[in-house]
Amino acid sequence: MSTPYAKLPAWADYGLIPLINLSVAFIVAGFVVMLVGENPLRAAVILVEGAFGKGTGIAFTLFYATTFIFTGLSVAVAAHCGLFNIGTEGQAYIAGLGIAIVCLSFDSVLPWWVNFPLAIVAAAAVGALWALIPAYLQARRGSHIVITTIMFNFIAASLMVYLLVGPLKPAASQAPQTRNFLAGAELPKLNWILELFGAKIRSAPLNITFLLALVMAFLVWLLIWRTRLGYEMRTYGHSPKAARYAGISETRIIITAMMISGALAGMMALNPVMGDQHNVAIDFVSGAGFVGIAVALMGRLHPVGIVLAAILFGMLYQGGAELAFEMPAISRDMIVIIQGLVILFAGALEHMFRPYIQALFASFSPRSVGMEAVKGKGA
Amino acid sequence: MDTLNAIVQVLDSTIRLSVPLLLACLAGLYSERSGIFDIGLEGKMLVGAFAGAAAASVFHSAFIGLGMAILISVAFAMVHGFASITHRGNQIVSGVAINFIAAGSTIILGQAWFQQGGRTPALQPGERFESITADVISNFLATYSFSTASVADLLVSIRGLILYLPALLFDALARIPGFGPIFAELVLGHSVLVYFAFAMVPFTWWVLFRTRFGLRLRAVGENPAAVDTAGISVTWLRYRALICTGILTGVAGAYLSMVQNGGFVKDMTAGKGYIALAALIFAKWKPVNAMFACLLFGFLDAASIRLQGSPLPVIGKVPAQFMQALPYVLTVILLAGFIGKAIPPRAGGVPYVKER
Repeated sequence: MSTPYAKLPAWADYGLIPLINLSVAFIVAGFVVMLVGENPLRAAVILVEGAFGKGTGIAFTLFYATTFIFTGLSVAVAAHCGLFNIGTEGQAYIAGLGIAIVCLSFDSVLPWWVNFPLAIVAAAAVGALWALIPAYLQARRGSHIVITTIMFNFIAASLMVYLLVGPLKPAASQAPQTRNFLAGAELPKLNWILELFGAKIRSAPLNITFLLALVMAFLVWLLIWRTRLGYEMRTYGHSPKAARYAGISETRIIITAMMISGALAGMMALNPVMGDQHNVAIDFVSGAGFVGIAVALMGRLHPVGIVLAAILFGMLYQGGAELAFEMPAISRDMIVIIQGLVILFAGALEHMFRPYIQALFASFSPRSVGMEAVKGKGA
Repeated sequence: MDTLNAIVQVLDSTIRLSVPLLLACLAGLYSERSGIFDIGLEGKMLVGAFAGAAAASVFHSAFIGLGMAILISVAFAMVHGFASITHRGNQIVSGVAINFIAAGSTIILGQAWFQQGGRTPALQPGERFESITADVISNFLATYSFSTASVADLLVSIRGLILYLPALLFDALARIPGFGPIFAELVLGHSVLVYFAFAMVPFTWWVLFRTRFGLRLRAVGENPAAVDTAGISVTWLRYRALICTGILTGVAGAYLSMVQNGGFVKDMTAGKGYIALAALIFAKWKPVNAMFACLLFGFLDAASIRLQGSPLPVIGKVPAQFMQALPYVLTVILLAGFIGKAIPPRAGGVPYVKER
């Protein structure tokens, strides 16, 4: 069986095609804006201005981006190993439990710079453990990881609701959340960095987890492209058969990849919980895990791409909030549509425009797309 | 008598709650049996619910609503087909995309068109499907007369004639002392979509296991290359399977917004598409099993609503969240192979590349 698609030069593969897919997603989103009776161009201007026009906007954009870097990396690590971790949402949600245990126990006795590493370890461990069972079932029992991780999202949600309306809720309170953390569990803000550049920031939750996210992006790059483990993961992702033939243990590689993915998902919880709300509340993840799918696909599973895609989605979230003020017909749910369209065009339909671009390239220079080789095979 | 009453009530709400699951589950059965994974059941149900309620309230007709629900839901199924069959994209990614587009667009369009915070206007009588209660039946029997005054009258009369005998039977059954009230509560008193859903179980079984289309549909989910070799279009077969899926998710959505609820509320599917997916696995991709799985999951839901806060004998108080999580836990245990083994269609999730 021949592969369905011939080769393109790398810059077209990693630059041109994603760009075209992304543009189509935004054009379709523009049609939805028109359907609602607003001007899509004006909407785009408000969105970009809301996200980058003022210092506060930039800080909020980066705050949201932090969350999406973690979830995007989480999805990408699993994807390199050929696994679709749709359970990022649940792994992040349940990691809130680990953070809550650390913060509620130590926030009055330890300073933030001790609590932060403890919370990182707790969040990563809980997230990884939540990914462990689906990983084990995939590796040893052949249960489809997509289905089990979806199931685990719902199980995590039920468990967290149970804990947050019961054991974790202070007796005197009505709201389904933990008590507010004390100063020992509040992460320092990073707004001063932006203020160095002369931006004025009123109050924005951008915090030190942003730096952690960037470090993690670097470590993921190191893992995937510079370590033996990463090489094994990519091998397994490309061809499980080849990996087995090369003596790579299937169980070990699936479980390791999923636990790393779960750990990254878990760390996402640090940003909203310790950096912003200072408590663990019901549904604090609010879909960020699913945004991670869009971010990972758009970033072509590469950490640099993921950071850029996360900033784009951070911009959509922050700009979308501004947009809702200016255009009452458009609420923040517009972002959900854009997210869906990005997943559709950059993910499921990523090959839609490829034949046309190939034909275009072939008409200019047949050699660049390897036409001769294909012809030789009798295509 | 009190316990009996309680049991009948729980069983009654079991039926009501399992109908959307059953429709979505059978919908998933068609597509997964043809080798197309469909995570997008949730989204298709949601757009169906929205389109149904919106059209019904604008055109003042329940049937136009139902038609619109089916139409839009099928359109979304075709997007899934376009991405995953024609362009051989990742089926799971495409399903996820559809769920997002559905969740966002129903809220945005609902708010823009009706300005009620993402809701559609409350449906009036006549705009939603009414329940067929014992009273409705006895009323029908009392007032029925054959009329040939006009063509429309004649059509109504002929329809009535067809319904007359079953109506007589049900009326008689509902009048039996003791058994009658239970029968009236459980079997009668539902909307026509409920009966449609349960009728779809034997129908789906018949289509899948007794027709040529069904045989080919199952074959294409197991070994598309063999079907292709036999000269049958894999693409067209899978598209037809997805049309079936779209129709059924459309009806499921219409049931949610036009029967269970008098209008659309944002995110009203609330994970039912995923429970249906779980039920499909639980049923090992078989129609009759699917009905039992959906009834089981519906029962868990009904019981958790009924038991809220009240203790059970022997076990004690069970948190509602535990009951809500139970369908998912059961599915995971099943998937793990501890209760039999769930073996999906072999070609599921793999785009078909024609030999060349």
